[in-house]
Formats: sequence, structure tokens, C-alpha cells
Amino acid sequence: MTKKKTAKWFHKDLLGLEYLSKEDIELLLDTAESFREILNRKIKKVPALRGKTVVNLFYEPSTRTRVSFEVAAKRLSADVINIAVESSSVRKGETLNDTGKNIEALKADIIVVRHNCSGAANMLGRNVNISVINAGDGWHEHPTQALLDMFTLRKKTGRLEGLNVSIVGDIAHSRVARSNIWGLTKFGAKVTVCAPDILIPPGIEKMNVKITGNIDEALGEADAINVLRMQFERDDMKAFPSQLEYFKKFGITEERLKKAKKGIIVMHPGPINRGVEISSEVADGANSVILEQVTNGIAVRMAVLFWVSQAKP
Amino acid sequence: MKLLIKNGHVIDPGNKIDEIMDILAEDGKISKVTRGIDVKADTVIDAADKIVMPGIVDMHVHLREPGREDKETVFSGTKAAAKGGVTSVLAMPNTLPSIDSAGVIKMLSDIIKKTANVGVFICGAITMERTGKKLTDIAALKKQGVIAISDDGNSIDSDELMWQALKEAKKEKLLVICHSEDKSLSGKGVVNLGITSTRLGLRGIPKESEYKRVARDIMLAEKSGANVHIAHVSCGESVEIIRKAKKKGVKVTAETAPHYFGLNEEDLLDYNTNMKVNPPLRTKDDVLAVREGLKDSTIDVIASDHAPHTENEKEIEFEHAEFGSTGLETELAVSVTELVSREVLTWSELVKKISLNPANVLRIDKGTLGPGKDADIAIISADKEWVVNKVGFASKSKNSAFIGRKLKGAVEYTIYKGKVIYKA
Repeated sequence: MTKKKTAKWFHKDLLGLEYLSKEDIELLLDTAESFREILNRKIKKVPALRGKTVVNLFYEPSTRTRVSFEVAAKRLSADVINIAVESSSVRKGETLNDTGKNIEALKADIIVVRHNCSGAANMLGRNVNISVINAGDGWHEHPTQALLDMFTLRKKTGRLEGLNVSIVGDIAHSRVARSNIWGLTKFGAKVTVCAPDILIPPGIEKMNVKITGNIDEALGEADAINVLRMQFERDDMKAFPSQLEYFKKFGITEERLKKAKKGIIVMHPGPINRGVEISSEVADGANSVILEQVTNGIAVRMAVLFWVSQAKP
Repeated sequence: MKLLIKNGHVIDPGNKIDEIMDILAEDGKISKVTRGIDVKADTVIDAADKIVMPGIVDMHVHLREPGREDKETVFSGTKAAAKGGVTSVLAMPNTLPSIDSAGVIKMLSDIIKKTANVGVFICGAITMERTGKKLTDIAALKKQGVIAISDDGNSIDSDELMWQALKEAKKEKLLVICHSEDKSLSGKGVVNLGITSTRLGLRGIPKESEYKRVARDIMLAEKSGANVHIAHVSCGESVEIIRKAKKKGVKVTAETAPHYFGLNEEDLLDYNTNMKVNPPLRTKDDVLAVREGLKDSTIDVIASDHAPHTENEKEIEFEHAEFGSTGLETELAVSVTELVSREVLTWSELVKKISLNPANVLRIDKGTLGPGKDADIAIISADKEWVVNKVGFASKSKNSAFIGRKLKGAVEYTIYKGKVIYKA
């Protein structure tokens, strides 16, 4: 962190990694590095956000992201309020903008928003003067997840540039995939997306990624693999064969890993579906960093909360 | 009542005029167009350094009355028209109730008579409630005064029903305006399918949903011999299909809207819901193809597809926001900025696309400045620049896709039947 001490942060909001420069991301990762140390201390708390209020505004059920933000905010001594809103009645009741403005009027400082609609965080950010952090919007972005993935990768390998990262699974409906692609490609990592055809969104090659429908190809050169959660219950999956079929063709198993680079890093944003996209042996195995990701997530979110609260108005 | 317009650069492609002239209007009609008219008039307008053109004929306007007067009314919509240099509009039938019966047309006609500020022509629905199930009484609609039929907003999925509609329209000599969209392909899409839908994480609308239906509508037009007009062409493939059909001699005309040659999908990367339109903004290549189609006369008409919506319906999550942008007050300036300034069209060609051709397509006696015609005139400062501001629209709604844009070309006067109805 020392070398970046003079760096400045100019973003009121964190809406997505598309909107950040490489330097912005580096600042967040470096800051997270020092916050990561704090998590190993006996007293895991610093006063950086004392007197600030963070509101977790969640329109989608989420345990891990919400709790991670809550822990991060508390480690920084902020006050945290959790609001869970039923999203099934979007067109009834209060609009997102009105809710945001009310939270602002309650003198909160930061809104962490999770929403099922792509672009919801962008809209909220435009309409309130306080900071908005996107904790996942529709299929659009999940910037703090990608930051923690990048943080974990950098910690494990010491670099991001030139790293081969394969993202496997439902790319089409994944905000985690999009944020990872934006972030990793800014650092010169080589990203491959691997999925059945119907889960590859059109035009994604223009985001500087390689596309393959062959899992062994995706694993071949990979230094790391990010396995996405499969959601077979969604409407858009009607045209999809079956869960078993998917596991046969794309599931990450020990046999498949044997053919990959030694020491390949296996990541997953969670919650994992054992036996659906990843076998238990791999999820719990030596290559897996899934639980480290969870811990690193706190440090990364502390860094985001910290810098967003420092933003020049 | 005499109105004299002096020294303006008169552009009237209908009469092949493109030079400095004076125009005299008497009792609502043009009486003389020539140099150096020197008579006493009740109103004299000095139009030196200005363009004087036939008022715009906008054949794609949603006035929302009856039923959605919170978005727009005949009164407010025609005020917006006046501000935009538009003197005739075709009111689309997707109102509440739909314009699908003689009774509704009579009611709307009364409202028009009482409150309209410019000429309002009525487009009837092709099917009852525009649901694509049962044809309206097309002969009765015609008798009641509609000059075209359309289910705009919806396309008739059944080939058989569309075929029946075209045969009926042919019999009644009515123009059929096609909203060509295959909803089984566009589905719940909200932006163009491709890198933009992927980048924004939104459901995509493939171009196929448009041009596949354009092709069908043209095939049925050819077979039936009815006059068919393709509304809001947005993509290169549609342009090419129409081009080929015209070469073959099919009786088809086509229109596009300013947002399809002035904006592209990359403009909505910050989820600006005012740019959520249907069909969606397409790629930069499509914009070029639409411009090319305008240039080579594949696309005959520029129409605004003025689609007013309240803020409650627009200032929400992108996927829940309504489709549509207002356009009456910006269509001329966007056309000047994106077509004339870029030398896609000359001024004279623009006037053809925006005034003369739509009048011809609709077979109404508008769009030219010849003696004896209605004195519907727009006077324009061609080089004046202005910025589209959310504050100050005459329309009841503010959902313009062009808010914040700097445009060239400003309406100074709008004259309807010899009376100044708007002055900047």
C-alpha cells in the first residue's frame, strides 16, 4: 500500500469493473492486501469508517455477499443496516430510486445494492448523491466478486499479466463472468470462456476472450479455472439438455484436472452445487481456493468501502 | 387574411423549387410563390437566410388520446408538432381503446376538431384491439375517415389473417402500415442482440425478428397488390430486402426514424431508458445501411415514431421501462445534423423524405407549396445549433433519446393553413 499512498480515488460509486482503470483496480487490490493482514490479527477492527453508515439493500436473496459486506463494514467500524426487499413485486410499491433517496435522507453514507435487474446499480448511482456499490445486478456485473477472484489469483501466482484463466459454466447469465472478463483483460490476462453454445452470449469475443465448447481445451493451458454455479431451474434453460449431461461434458472432476497444468487453481464464486458443475473431490481438493476466496472477499470489500467513502464529491 | 414570407430560401421538391423566393398565402392557401412579391399583408415574415419548406408530414405519431392522456393528448402532441415544424401527423391506433371501430374514430375526430393545433389524420387498427385475432371492419373504418391501417406496436403473426387484411385493404384502397416484428424471436428482449446485450447483461432482440417479418410482409404485399408501408426500418438486412423488392416493382414504401440514423446501440451503454426503443438501436453498420437506404431512395420517408411516456414508466429499471422516444420536436434537427451535415442527403432530398414523400404515401394533398395548396410551412435556421434540454418540451412527456445532444437546424416559424402556430 505504501507506494500507492498518494493515489487518488475519484469514483463515487463502484458499479462495475468496466468503468475502472487498471490503476483503480490495482489500488483496490493493494489496499485489500493490507486489510487482509488485519483479518489475521487478534483484534480485527480498524476505525477507518467510524461514524459512517453502510446500508445493504438486497433485492435478491443472498447470504454470502451480504454477510461478507456486513463483516467488511464492521471491521472498518461502520454501522451496518440490512434491508431485504421482496423483488417479485417490482412494479408495485416503492421504486428503487425512491428507496435510494429515502436511504440518502436517512443520512446513510454508502448503499450496497444487489438487484435482479441489469443496470439497477447504475440507475441508483445516477439518482443519489451518496455512494453506491454494486453487489451484483442481473447478468451485468458483480465487481467485488471479480476483485476478490483477482486478488486471490494475484496472491497465489504473484501476477495477473499473462495468466491463463478459464471461466466455465453459464457465461450468458453470469455477472461474475462479465466482471472477471473486464478486470482480468485490463491486466493482460488471457481469458477463455467455456460453455455449451447456448450459454455463450453473442458478441462476447469482442470482449477479448477466447471461446471454446470443449472443457479439456479450456483446462489445457489454464493457470486457473473459475467454475460458475449452474442454475438449471431458470426459464432460459428450457432448451438445455440435462444436469447430468452437463456434468458429463463440463463438470470439473479429478480425472479432468489430471490432464491440466499441475497446480491449476480452482475457484468458484459459490454457493457450489456439488456434483453439478464441480465434484466434491475437486471442491475440497488441493487445487481448490474456494474458502480462501471467501476470506479474501472481506478484505477486498473493505478496500472498496474504504475508497468509495474517500471519494471526492 | 394575407401572410407574406419574404426572401426565404424556398425548398419545395414537389415543384422543383430550390431558390430564394417570396411566398404569399391568402385565406389559408398558398396563392403565389415567386420573386419580389410586393403586396400589403396582415403578417410579413422576413425569412432572409432561412429555409422555407413545406411543413413536415409525420406519418408515425402516438398521440395517446384516447386513454393515456397522462402521456400525451391531441392538444399537447400537436403543440409539440408545431414546435418541431410538423403540420400534419398520422395518429397511430394503439390507444385505449384501440382505434378499431367507427365509434372510436368518431370520438377521436371530435377531439381533433376541438383541440388539434395541426392537421391530424387517423390510422385505424387492422385487427380488433390490435390483438391479431380478428379483422376490424376495414370498410367501415375507411368510411369514417381513416387514411391507413396498422396494428403498430404489434405485428399480425398469422399469415392467413395478414393476407385477408391486405386483400381487404386493396379493395378499400387503404395503405397498410406494417410493424414488422416476429415476437417469437424478439421475445422479452430489450436491446439489440449482440455485444451490447451481452455487455449490458440484457436480453437481446435479434435483427431476424425484424427482417424476417419485413420479408413476409413484402411477399404478401406483392401477391395481394396492396399498398404496404414498412414502419421504422432499423437494420441493414431490412433495407436490403426492401431495396430488392422495389427493384422488382413491388408496391412497397418504407420509413425510418431519426434514432435509427442518429444513434446506435453503443449510445445506451449507461442504461439510458430514453434510448430503449422498438425496434432497438442497432449497430454502427446498421446506421450506415439505413443512411444508405435513405440516400438511394430505398427508404422513402423519415417519421418520428413519437412515443411519449411518463417519467414513472421510464425512470425505472431498464428491462421494466416502456419502449419509445419522443421525436416530434427533434426530428428535423436530427435529420439536418445526421443527414444533411454529413452529406447523406441534400436539403431538397431531406424535404422530400420528411414532407413530400409521406404526403404522397398517405395520398393527402400536403407536402408541397404550390398555389392552391394549404399554406403549411416551416421556416428553419439551417445552421443554428441548440442543445436538446429536458426542460422546455411542448410534449407532455420528456422521454427524448436525444436529451443532451447538440443539434443543428432550428425551427423559427411553423405556419398551419396560413396562420403562425409556432414562433421561436
